[in-house]
Amino acid sequence: MNIHEYQAKEVLKRFGVAVPEGIVAASAEEAKAAAAQLGGPVCVVKAQIHAGGRGKAGGVKLVRSPEEAEEKALAMIGRNLVTHQTGPEGRQVRRVLVERGLNIARELYLAMVLDRAQSRVSVICCAEGGVEIEELAQKSPEKILKEAIDPVIGLAAFQCRRLTYALEIPGEFAGKMTAVMQALYRAFDECDASLVEINPLIITKEGQIMALDAKMNFDSNAFFRQKEILALRDLHEEDPREVEAGKHELSYISLDGNIACMVNGAGLAMATMDIIKFYGGEPANFLDVGGGANKEKVAEAFKILLGDERVRGVLINIFGGIMRCDVLAQGVVEAARELHVTVPLVVRMQGTNVEIGRKILAESGLAIIAAETMAEAAEKIVKAVKDKG
Amino acid sequence: MAILVDKTTRVLTQGITGATGQFHTRACKEYGTQMVAGVTPGKGGSRFEGIPIFDTVSRAVSETGANASVIYVPPPFAADAIMEAADAKVLLIICITEGVPVRDMVRVKRYLDGRESLLLGPNCPGVITPGACKIGIMPGHIHRPGAIGVVSRSGTLTYEAVDQLTRSGMGQSSCVGIGGDPVHGLEFVDVLDMFNRDAMTEGVVMIGEIGGSAEEEAAAWIKKNMKKPVAGFIAGQTAPPGKRMGHAGAIISGGKGTAAEKIAAMKRAAIHMAPSPALIGQTMREALGKP
Repeated sequence: MNIHEYQAKEVLKRFGVAVPEGIVAASAEEAKAAAAQLGGPVCVVKAQIHAGGRGKAGGVKLVRSPEEAEEKALAMIGRNLVTHQTGPEGRQVRRVLVERGLNIARELYLAMVLDRAQSRVSVICCAEGGVEIEELAQKSPEKILKEAIDPVIGLAAFQCRRLTYALEIPGEFAGKMTAVMQALYRAFDECDASLVEINPLIITKEGQIMALDAKMNFDSNAFFRQKEILALRDLHEEDPREVEAGKHELSYISLDGNIACMVNGAGLAMATMDIIKFYGGEPANFLDVGGGANKEKVAEAFKILLGDERVRGVLINIFGGIMRCDVLAQGVVEAARELHVTVPLVVRMQGTNVEIGRKILAESGLAIIAAETMAEAAEKIVKAVKDKG
Repeated sequence: MAILVDKTTRVLTQGITGATGQFHTRACKEYGTQMVAGVTPGKGGSRFEGIPIFDTVSRAVSETGANASVIYVPPPFAADAIMEAADAKVLLIICITEGVPVRDMVRVKRYLDGRESLLLGPNCPGVITPGACKIGIMPGHIHRPGAIGVVSRSGTLTYEAVDQLTRSGMGQSSCVGIGGDPVHGLEFVDVLDMFNRDAMTEGVVMIGEIGGSAEEEAAAWIKKNMKKPVAGFIAGQTAPPGKRMGHAGAIISGGKGTAAEKIAAMKRAAIHMAPSPALIGQTMREALGKP
């Protein structure tokens, strides 16, 4: 789960990380008032969306008066901001963060993220701030410094000093840098984050170390113990079908195609998307109904799939282990009847009670196309969708 | 013969009194696995269908000689259950639970360092040596004893592959689910090494998916060490970047972990790659040089 920059800064502030003084505004008038309250010769107006690349896209503007802040905010709020991370449709800006401008002496990149290969959280930093870290990792990997964190002792002071010296930061800042890095790790750890990215971390001319930007992602497996973090969720930034699916404990992700699929198991669901493409079709979604799917879940899954207007056909691929094929077949038939499914429907089932399941489908009176293998199922749905035109 | 589990394995179930624990303990017992004990704190002294239940893993081990544990405990308590089993020196710990926080698993892996216990999972279907021992949630009836080792990050996709193998006359030595989480126990490399040394295994099917670099590491290991043919499939060629595709570990991050990269790495290691999930069985057949 992602959160906005202004929210990430509030979280980090609680852990003792210094952030620029700022006020979030939901309208141009509020932005004007915020700039007036913050004062100073320069303020920054920053569009708040869950995507990077805002600066280059015109989503970060320096302003020299409350009136200018109002003008810039007016141009941002309510409009879609398109960055290289949002896709061509962009994201609607609903809030801006107005911050007091700072005298920047130095910019760095600092992040904490899980290193899967080591099963450890790592600190990653780089002497160049404001960079595209992935690009830099490709071109100049030697510029990227890392420290793996032992979960028992946390981020040690000697590790922070090692990084500070390697970043060629003057020795007198070692203490402050250590404090910031350790605070960031505590925030990462205690909030069950999956990513904390400060790009850039700055040293001001006055000698303060601050997070000029902040990005935080969180491990959704930990929400049962992170209610405060969960409260920061912004549903406007999420696909409404994905949100709806989540409510019914369905795992759904929207794609660009027109052949919807419903599968039990994430690996099999991905493989089903892949095989649709292999046979010349375009998958419309990823959907894992999980191991315990009953009639209600199948019906909910159908509703979500058919809520996508682009869908021209549905492929159901179930390998029944715990899940019984006859229970699934019953669910499919009842749901298809209730929802008056009119697009081609191919059902492929294998596993426990498969013969009973197939009988239920065959005797349902519905135009359900049965298939035995995944290949047959994919071929049939692609053909059915093409034939219907 | 086969790896990790056989007829002699004695299994205890942590979380035996929950609905999932009950269902699968019963199913594994019906398959022929030695289900010798259960652990649910507070329910010690009772029984589940004749199986004695204990308050602690160490008590269960000392009273029944259990040498493997399967965990169906809910996510908030699963890491603790793994560590309790490791502390009790259970040599094989299989965690089925999906939804364990990453932070907990980072600590669990640190705890297991220097201890002898092997961990499989979390978020995995378990392990089966067909005809001998089934620990986990896989449907036993699709499996047959044979010579193909299967190692996979997935659950139902593994069953699909096993079904293809069985239907084309290729039984399985052991099928190991390493799970779909980013931080977990046995890796592809660990299981491949076991299959490499196992006299019963003649070929291996390896099923991966997007996210992380485990398949690339496995491919590098296979190139140097593997003496048996390997057939592979990577799920998620059509997955969009940045999205978690069901499994916590199935995510393309910062451009890394794509299916294309994994497939390329595996091809470089002379692994026979199935272009479609429907061709996994056939690809293994080709890799073995069978007609």
